[in-house]
Amino acid sequence: MNSTDTQRPETASRPKRELALVSRSTYLKERALQYLFFACAFLAVVTVVLIFAFTMLQAAPVFTDIGLANFFSLDWAPTEGRFGILSLAAGSALVTAGALVLGVPLGVGTAVYLTEIASARVRAIISPAVDLLAGIPSIIYGFFGMVIIRPFVAEISGGLGFGALTAWLVLAIMIVPTITTLTIDALRSIPMGIREAGFAMGATKWQVIYKVVLPAARFGIVDAIVLGMGRAIGETMAVLMVVGNAPVIPDSVASPISTLTSQIALDMSYSSGLHRTALFGMGVVLFIISASLVGIVRMLSKKRKG
Amino acid sequence: MAGTGSAPETQLTSRERIKRALANGKTGRISKDAANAVMLGVFRCAAYITTLVLVAIIAYVVINGAPHISPDFIFGWPQGVNAEGGIWPTIVSTLYVTALAMLICTPIAVLAAVYLAEYAKQGRLVETIRYAADTLASVPSIVMGLFGYALFVEAMGLGLSMVSAACALALLMLPIVMRTTEEAIRAVPRYIRWGAYGLGATKWQVVSKIVLPSAFGRIATGIVLAIGRAIGETAVVLYTMGQAINLPISPLDSGRPMTVHLYLLANDGINMNAAYGTALLLMLIILAFNLFARYLSRKSR
Repeated sequence: MNSTDTQRPETASRPKRELALVSRSTYLKERALQYLFFACAFLAVVTVVLIFAFTMLQAAPVFTDIGLANFFSLDWAPTEGRFGILSLAAGSALVTAGALVLGVPLGVGTAVYLTEIASARVRAIISPAVDLLAGIPSIIYGFFGMVIIRPFVAEISGGLGFGALTAWLVLAIMIVPTITTLTIDALRSIPMGIREAGFAMGATKWQVIYKVVLPAARFGIVDAIVLGMGRAIGETMAVLMVVGNAPVIPDSVASPISTLTSQIALDMSYSSGLHRTALFGMGVVLFIISASLVGIVRMLSKKRKG
Repeated sequence: MAGTGSAPETQLTSRERIKRALANGKTGRISKDAANAVMLGVFRCAAYITTLVLVAIIAYVVINGAPHISPDFIFGWPQGVNAEGGIWPTIVSTLYVTALAMLICTPIAVLAAVYLAEYAKQGRLVETIRYAADTLASVPSIVMGLFGYALFVEAMGLGLSMVSAACALALLMLPIVMRTTEEAIRAVPRYIRWGAYGLGATKWQVVSKIVLPSAFGRIATGIVLAIGRAIGETAVVLYTMGQAINLPISPLDSGRPMTVHLYLLANDGINMNAAYGTALLLMLIILAFNLFARYLSRKSR
């Protein structure tokens, strides 16, 4: 194949003709390197396919031995052969929804303050703080939630403090940096001119923010929220440490629940047989959720551009 | 008011309008300046709360952890059921696995970014690669742990070991390093490349001698940030490295990283002092890496 390739440089595409000006060995080296780079880039695709395929393979008995009716039911009691993940999924949904309700205003508000309102001096203090908040590992958030927020919630609710409310507070803090950073990007991409046009018409800062800036940045902000949501759904350790791990539909926001992620982390250490395949099945569900959230974000950004 | 001479109908409407305007200003709606002040205050509060939370977390961990940190704690071994003593093996495990993950991830991620930024033509293939990288970046860490366990630990027979955990962590770091490297490469001005091409350099010569060296600062920033992420990761390493307290020598040794140690201590709740100490050390290491990344990115700008 190599000889024919070098023999017809005139008909080949542009990069090939450029390369054909150099010696054959250099040309081959360049081509080989290009394929190597491509292989590295393509590894990302291979990995994603592998993750899905491998987790799916381990979860295959969910279809054959457990049955989808059992898998998508409310009752999670692995020792009695009942592997219903819906109460866990409900736990994940509950925890994520609450985290978004608290975290989105805080995150978007911080972003608006940093880009539209704050002076350079204040920004120089707060924006590194947001970056550092993003760097703090989830286990520290979980630990903080467990020793500080949990007793606080326990005092208010009268229970042990493990439950959705504690998880909301912890997760809300955790998704703020994600939402803030991405919202700042969205707000910065809006041209200064349309703000100035607003000010020139006598609008106050607040009027410009909510009539001009926020509507113009809405796609970017939705991106930020969706990715924050992905982070909240996928969060494992911090949730595991504060939700109380009871796979039931909760009576109140302060009673123990369990989520898909926390249940996997908790059960993996001792599970075997069908129980383990059910955990892998939950992994597949989580993977599909996160991949589709990424798909939504990509679709939105395509819409924004085109 | 001034229109006394005009038709009665317009006089009426203008008077009405003035009345409405006065009512608007005083009783009906809040003036726009007041709304402005209130809402700007709300935004300011949001930013202050965010900052305060960070300060509170850091302060809390520092205040409770600092008294328990001593050379004995850092360089000692955990002893007994209550994990009294030090956490040296967990520090070594964490640094060992992170270094290994970095060695695996960096070449692949950088070369992949070179492909995306320098070689690839926009098309469906590149779209697919980007989608895959985004998906990889958002895979829940416990799913990555499950996958690492199924592939590296069981299928490839590497067992609960440093290398299994490092491979799983490398996958986690891959999209981060890829994205920052690609941005760094794209930020290198075009004319530098043209100059090199004009001198007869091949594409690889341009990439290796011109583009990568000038993008080095930003690439390093991305790598350091990814290291920070890897050090703090718990769910991925929990079921790929194991929990044995062990000083790892070979890559096939098992170990217990600091994050898992902290989780087990906090969960048992017997030796909270060691938990605070571990949390503080972990946070200091990660903050150091993050600050180092900021320093690098400022220097390269």
